Amino acid sequence: MIAIDRVLAVVDRPDIPAPTIDYGLLMPLIVVFAVAMLGLIVEIVVPRDKRFVSQVVVAVGGLLAGLASTIKLYLDLSETEGSVLARGQIGGVGSVAVDGPGVVTWGLILVFSILSMLLFAERSYEGGLSAFTGRASDAPGSKDEAEATAARLEHTEVFPLAVFAVVGMMLFAVSHDLITMFVALEVLSLPLYVLAGLARRKRLISQEAALKYFLLGAFASAFFLYGAALAYGFSGSLNLTEINAAITARDDAQPLILGSIAMIAVGLLFKIGAAPFHSWTPDVYQGAPTPVTAFMASATKVAAFIALMRVFFVGFGGASWDWRPVVWAIAIATMLIGSVVAIAQTDIKRMLAYSSVAHAGFALVGFSGAYMGTEGTESVTSISAVLFYMLAYGLATIGSFAVVMVVRDSSGETTALSKWAGLAKQSPWLAGAVTVYMLSFMGIPLTAGFIGKWAVFSAAWAGGTPALVVFAVLMSAVAAVFYLRVIVLMYFAEPVGEGPTIALPSVLTTVVIALTVIGTIAFGVFPGVVIDLVQHAGAFVR
Amino acid sequence: MMLTSLILVPLLGAIAVMFVPRGEDNRNVKTLAFGVSLLTLAMSLAMIAAFDINSGGVQLVEKYEWIPFIGAWYALGINGTGLVLILLTTILTPIVMLASWRDDLPDPSRTHAYFAWMLVLQALAIGVFAATDVFLFYVFFEATLVPLYFLIGAHGGAGRSKAAVKFLIYNLVGGLIMLASIIGLYVISTQQGGPSFLHADLAALDIPKNTEKWLFVGFFIAFAIKAPMFPLHTWLPDAAEAAKPGTSVLMVSVIDKIGTFAMIRWCLEIFPNASEWASPVVMVLAVVSIIYGALLAMGQSDIRRLIAFTSVSHFGFIVLGIFAFTSTSMAGSILYMFNHGLSTAVLFLVTGMMISRRGSGLISDFGGVQKIAPVLSGIFLVGGLSSLSLPGTAPFVSEYLVFVGTYARSIPLAAIAASAMVLAALYILLTYQRTMNGPLNPEAEGVTDLTSRETAALTPAVILIIALGFMPQILLNVIDPVVEPVLSHVGVEDPAPRATINLDAQTEGTHE
Repeated sequence: MIAIDRVLAVVDRPDIPAPTIDYGLLMPLIVVFAVAMLGLIVEIVVPRDKRFVSQVVVAVGGLLAGLASTIKLYLDLSETEGSVLARGQIGGVGSVAVDGPGVVTWGLILVFSILSMLLFAERSYEGGLSAFTGRASDAPGSKDEAEATAARLEHTEVFPLAVFAVVGMMLFAVSHDLITMFVALEVLSLPLYVLAGLARRKRLISQEAALKYFLLGAFASAFFLYGAALAYGFSGSLNLTEINAAITARDDAQPLILGSIAMIAVGLLFKIGAAPFHSWTPDVYQGAPTPVTAFMASATKVAAFIALMRVFFVGFGGASWDWRPVVWAIAIATMLIGSVVAIAQTDIKRMLAYSSVAHAGFALVGFSGAYMGTEGTESVTSISAVLFYMLAYGLATIGSFAVVMVVRDSSGETTALSKWAGLAKQSPWLAGAVTVYMLSFMGIPLTAGFIGKWAVFSAAWAGGTPALVVFAVLMSAVAAVFYLRVIVLMYFAEPVGEGPTIALPSVLTTVVIALTVIGTIAFGVFPGVVIDLVQHAGAFVR
Repeated sequence: MMLTSLILVPLLGAIAVMFVPRGEDNRNVKTLAFGVSLLTLAMSLAMIAAFDINSGGVQLVEKYEWIPFIGAWYALGINGTGLVLILLTTILTPIVMLASWRDDLPDPSRTHAYFAWMLVLQALAIGVFAATDVFLFYVFFEATLVPLYFLIGAHGGAGRSKAAVKFLIYNLVGGLIMLASIIGLYVISTQQGGPSFLHADLAALDIPKNTEKWLFVGFFIAFAIKAPMFPLHTWLPDAAEAAKPGTSVLMVSVIDKIGTFAMIRWCLEIFPNASEWASPVVMVLAVVSIIYGALLAMGQSDIRRLIAFTSVSHFGFIVLGIFAFTSTSMAGSILYMFNHGLSTAVLFLVTGMMISRRGSGLISDFGGVQKIAPVLSGIFLVGGLSSLSLPGTAPFVSEYLVFVGTYARSIPLAAIAASAMVLAALYILLTYQRTMNGPLNPEAEGVTDLTSRETAALTPAVILIIALGFMPQILLNVIDPVVEPVLSHVGVEDPAPRATINLDAQTEGTHE
């Protein structure tokens, strides 16, 4: 060793400075990561009978701490110099961009995951057991499985797994180079693959969902990685700033960078659930345990959208006119497929899955405008529009899945839409909550969904695509059909046979439903607060 | 605060109706809802007292910043048109409630919801007529769909669910197309110095000619669906057939007026050039509506569908008068909105009472009813005659004004539209003959005459129809100051009279 050292000293050892990392900038990430680790320790040291409650407390409390730290960080972000408003800075030796949109996204991810954790913790439907299988290694329907249920076994690892996914999502939203983004993508995906397969009831389709999600997800990740490699080949760097510099300096449409953009787009659009990369959503949303579906549908989507926008606005911003027409086409296809196919669904979870595809399409409309705001005027930019849209969509989605958990029959959740007939007679409050979510999905005024639609459409129009806005508006009308059908079923149809049993949810689910309903209406009537917030966040830092 | 409280009172009333103890046969609920609607009526009369008729313009203005970032204001204010239509709303709501007292609902245990939704609808309708910010207007405009959807879908008769969905989809599509236009306005107003959705700011915008046409079309389609105009009218007959008569009244007499009201308030005043550009097409469509609605009304076997088609025809007159761009025809149209509201209300309610007694809406299931129910048939006749615009009833004056104004603009269109008067006489009188005259249909024997409650509900409307037939000047005084500014904003002047008689003197003459 000493000899080698001496040799290096002689031949001009490269000067590698110790990285200086501003830990304050990364504090929310660090907090949430520590919570995940703490979850692992709890898993080891706390006795089985106290483990579930401890895990819930650690996860929810830890995420709340993360949220507090996120808020503090947001208040401390300093404005950067430039023609458009932006705040925050690039940290972690150039690998993360902790900026306004990124930190707001952290806030959204944390809020959604806290709500989802409350659903994870719901134990009042299965005779005091959670919605996750007791022992995942047992074959479905086997004697061992019955034994595990009898012994009241529960997988409490779901909480640390979910928190690890949150860490991945948070990193994903602020990654400023492609390799960090890839790592974040995997950190967020792997726990989700596992979680998707852990349903207590209907385990076969749950495991099928997990396998599908894993295979397709791995495939999409490979696309992303290859795209990153091509980007490196073109620009000699994985850093978004430098890729952008290389793209801006090019003199014609280089096939290499176009290939790279296409490959990376495939990887990210897969996570968003945009057509034609959406085919996993219905199966996975249907098969995964419902709390996990709520978590995936809300938090993952925000993280992936912000990552998509960051790569395309910051990294590939110079090639904007190369990719925008493609995004228009994808937005059109996504809205069309999501809205039209959802009409034919007879299962509420699959319907919500296609609805999430349609909403990805609407949000892509806002994205495709690529509207950064113009100097001197204050109008909603693409970034803030999509952020608001995700808030509205996420709240209604988590709420809807919370209700799905409550409507049951002897075999567990009854997700067949026909079973929801006459729900309003049995349970007017629950039906009222679903109505609020559906109206918000439809984009009826005085719900957050309306302001969300308004924001993304106005960003698209300002970005120069009024025709796309008109198409999106018509697709909203198509999408209204299947949301309406749920309302019609609940209010105007007679219950079939015995009708569903409405399980009495614990205070956890009740809180989730109440908060999401209140949020959906409050942000619809007084959206000013949130719009100011997302608009105040400004653009991505470069 | 006057307009805000006019919106809030029915809204709070609706909440109260949902939560008070219902009492035997839901009596508490109905009494409370009726009381709230009377209170609203009294407040709207106070509003008229506070409105300075002579000075014209937008009055009773309230303005608070709502969503600063997108330039949305909570801004209310009314001009003569708004005043007339709010008055129509507040007059009709108690009438409808009293008439709906014993409606045979599919789920009687939800009676409180039925009355609560009516109050909500009233509040939202007043909001639509009072909003002077296009964003706020849109919010109210879309929000009216929710109560009406539940009124039709949850509390209607056979086929209600399908009719409610059809109604909602049609109107939602219209609303969303308008949303696209509103977003366009937002972008343009942002480019021209900060977003604002206030009516006054939008009217002052300098919109590129081509864009203006597109934006106009977006607004107009929404209002044409609402109004409803040929060929976007097909939701109305289904909805009217499935809904309870009270709901139909609120829908056709009040909510559909939003369409024609908004054509003046938003299309003409914000897109004056595009409105002038589109007027030939719109006028032709209006005349098609008039004739087509009248012809289809004659072909209906169901009384409720018949009334719905007569409304399509009458809305054609209103739109024709608006887009003829003469002061006479426009004043006539605004007056027509009020009068049509009254006469349609009487028709829907009185036939509704008859239909609920017989259990069928088919014309052929009646006959000779006049012999056993003279009061009912008498009121039906008055409503019918006012619908065919017999002189002496209120709609005659308004229809005449529309004709006179349109004649000055286009003789062929006025002539074709006038032929609808003959058709109207046919569809009304034939229906009256088939249901009321002739030998008594044995199966219609159960049709008893109106109870005192039902008579009490209908009397005010009948009195108003006749009174306004002789004294239209009461309303025209309020309406006239509205018309001139609109026309001068569009940039159209009254055409020179074809004869040497002064046009103003001519219209004055007909009023007295």
